[in-house]
Amino acid sequence: MAENHVEELVLESNSGGEFERAPVPKSRLKGWKSFLGMYAGEHAAGTEFMIGPLFLAAGASLKDLALGLLIGNILAILTWRYLVAPIAVSSKLTLYFQLEKIAGKHLVKVYNVVNGVLFCFLAGAMITVSASAVGIPFGISFSVPENIFGLSSPAFSVIVIIVGLVMAIVAAAGYNTVSKFANIAAPWMIIVFAACGLSALTQMEVNSWETLLAEWDKGIDVVQSINGKADFGFWKIVIFSWLCNAAMHFGMADLSIMRFAKDSRAGWGPSIGMFLGHYMAWICASFMLAAQIKLTGDISANPGALAWSAVGWTGIICVIVAGWTTANPTIYRAGLAFQSLFPAKAKSYSGVILAGLIATIAGIFPALSGKLLDFVGLYGTILGPMGGVIFVNHYFAKKMGFTQDYADKNGSSFNVSVLLAWAAPVALGLYFIFSKGVFPAYAVIPCWIASSLLYILLMKLLKS
Amino acid sequence: MKILKSISAFSIGVLILLASILSFLGTIEANSVKTLMLVGTILWFIVTPFWMKEE
Repeated sequence: MAENHVEELVLESNSGGEFERAPVPKSRLKGWKSFLGMYAGEHAAGTEFMIGPLFLAAGASLKDLALGLLIGNILAILTWRYLVAPIAVSSKLTLYFQLEKIAGKHLVKVYNVVNGVLFCFLAGAMITVSASAVGIPFGISFSVPENIFGLSSPAFSVIVIIVGLVMAIVAAAGYNTVSKFANIAAPWMIIVFAACGLSALTQMEVNSWETLLAEWDKGIDVVQSINGKADFGFWKIVIFSWLCNAAMHFGMADLSIMRFAKDSRAGWGPSIGMFLGHYMAWICASFMLAAQIKLTGDISANPGALAWSAVGWTGIICVIVAGWTTANPTIYRAGLAFQSLFPAKAKSYSGVILAGLIATIAGIFPALSGKLLDFVGLYGTILGPMGGVIFVNHYFAKKMGFTQDYADKNGSSFNVSVLLAWAAPVALGLYFIFSKGVFPAYAVIPCWIASSLLYILLMKLLKS
Repeated sequence: MKILKSISAFSIGVLILLASILSFLGTIEANSVKTLMLVGTILWFIVTPFWMKEE
């Protein structure tokens, strides 16, 4: 596939295939209420089955969780509203075209490949989630080994490989069909999440807030008696829930969606979706683990087993569908990013198959999906800072006397200032995460600020 | 179209959500709820594509 074609497809996959390389015309703009519907099913995905129980497993108190998620989600919505929407409405460009104007087309390719690799790990977690449900009817469940690259049982690994390959082939051959299926499934999935939570409350014999708190605390005691003491406090929950989608808001990925907005009120669009997916669904999923601990004493956050215990076959179908409909576009987008690595003569699906294989390999290691709380923070730390560069370019370039959209105006295909402003803070952030054990979500905002300041400094130096 | 939408709403609103609320309140047994939910799920995926495709 030709490189230009790949770029167009990457853009198309993120922008709905329209006005990829031009501002959205006035006639195609939508009112802010359209964005409420557009985002409604966006944040209720397979990952929610995994993330919710991890809060309990990490030792978060229910009061902290209820209030922390509330504040974190409000902060995330405010970030969309006041950071992303004004730039999107003003420029009306996709993230990729905006970035190409600032960074140059070759650096955008580097960004795409990094994005693609991260997408693969996310898809890998989705494959693990789906496989956990596929294994239930066959009596195959998975255990999470302590070693990050440790395997579960051979039977579970075989299921992961089969599920991963099927997903990769479907993503390569029938992306649109699965995308339509995902739209049909979204309202049903949200209701099933709620039903799972209610069923878990029934299993715990909860009849008041006090009994719920007592059951939750007992659950934490059991987890900590096995795993040792852990703490996931209020502010950690706030920061995590604020920044788990940092790539979309701080990283400006949602410029591609909000550029269709008539005005900045479109930034309120994710509010319903966030509270359904990152509040209701997480809390309901965490109740399922609390119920499982009460019923069996088992502390493993196995989405398939949890959903089976809560709502039976509906739960199994929901986990498979949730994992599949999330993994499918993720593998597809990662594949398009990888396609630029293949020669022009290569088959158009080569990138998607490669992405599917990487995701499948990642899915074989269940500990990776068990580290999802860390991974989404890492994802934001790596991709978020590029949004800082866009922010500076939009608001400060003219005021501070350096060139706005530098690569576009100077005919550059690789703006080294952007690379340094992006890579240096991210490298430092990764050092603190991996060497000093800093919780990854904590690194997102410092890296974003550092990238913004560094870009200003480098552009001023370049000018002088 | 209206009838199809009503069936979809019934399938998730009544057979899944209301059934689980009634189970929580102790009115329906857990196993019956699981069966109702499965029926609701099958109904949703049979009926919804017809009207959602049109929209």
